[in-house]
Amino acid sequence: MSAPKIGVVSCSGECCDVGTISRIATRLVLEKLRPDNTVTICLPLFSIGESGERMFAKYFPTIAVDGCEKLCAKKAIEKYSGKTARSIVVSDLLKQGGVKNRGPRRELNEEGMEAASKIAEEIATIMDDIFTRGR
Amino acid sequence: MSDTILIFPCSGIGKAFGTISRDATYEVVEELRKGETDTNCLSLLVAGDEEASQSVKSHRCISVDGCPNGCAKKTLETSDARLVASLSVMDVLRENRKLKPKDVTILDEDGRKLSRLLAEKIASKVDELNQKEVVS
Repeated sequence: MSAPKIGVVSCSGECCDVGTISRIATRLVLEKLRPDNTVTICLPLFSIGESGERMFAKYFPTIAVDGCEKLCAKKAIEKYSGKTARSIVVSDLLKQGGVKNRGPRRELNEEGMEAASKIAEEIATIMDDIFTRGR
Repeated sequence: MSDTILIFPCSGIGKAFGTISRDATYEVVEELRKGETDTNCLSLLVAGDEEASQSVKSHRCISVDGCPNGCAKKTLETSDARLVASLSVMDVLRENRKLKPKDVTILDEDGRKLSRLLAEKIASKVDELNQKEVVS
């Protein structure tokens, strides 16, 4: 029997460093923290993809990982696919953690990578909570 | 002076090609054609952000896709953007078959080489478009 899956969908966030942190945190969950339990999808596929791709949030409890307060990932998932199970906003978490110097958007510095790791851990904790308590 | 050209890379997160498209875009907007080009979040268009939607209608846009799904190009098309060119990581990959990028989160050496080649291709396209603008 295959492991239960949770969708983790990051904003693309090309214009700012918080987008880079969102994507890297999502990749860390997928590659290292919860590789057997994580599925992801490129955000634009919700709008331009096939109907199967639009069913993503119906098939899987889905966590939106947004870089900023514009909440593109959450809005796009809920517009095209279904209600998100949880969502996080990276800029809020960075503010809470006092992280200010993350490095450039193209390549994060050490502090930025450390912040991405912490956010990945936060996502993994949320996944565990969904497994325990449900959507 | 021509108006700024907006470059939209793909948002791909599953393979190295998305990372390459973004890295090449940053190379162009921050180094090779700084001041002539800029980028924005593709997800703003997906989410229907009004300001971003207006921006792609009023500026020339280039899509840079990572895979045959063509999310960047299609998203710009559905946003009625002023799309003036579409490029793809696959074009550069076909011309450089020995390069086999694997790492997604942080590009490996082959990924960086492809990114540099793609960035040069994008920069050439920017020059071509700006030249046309001057002639016309």
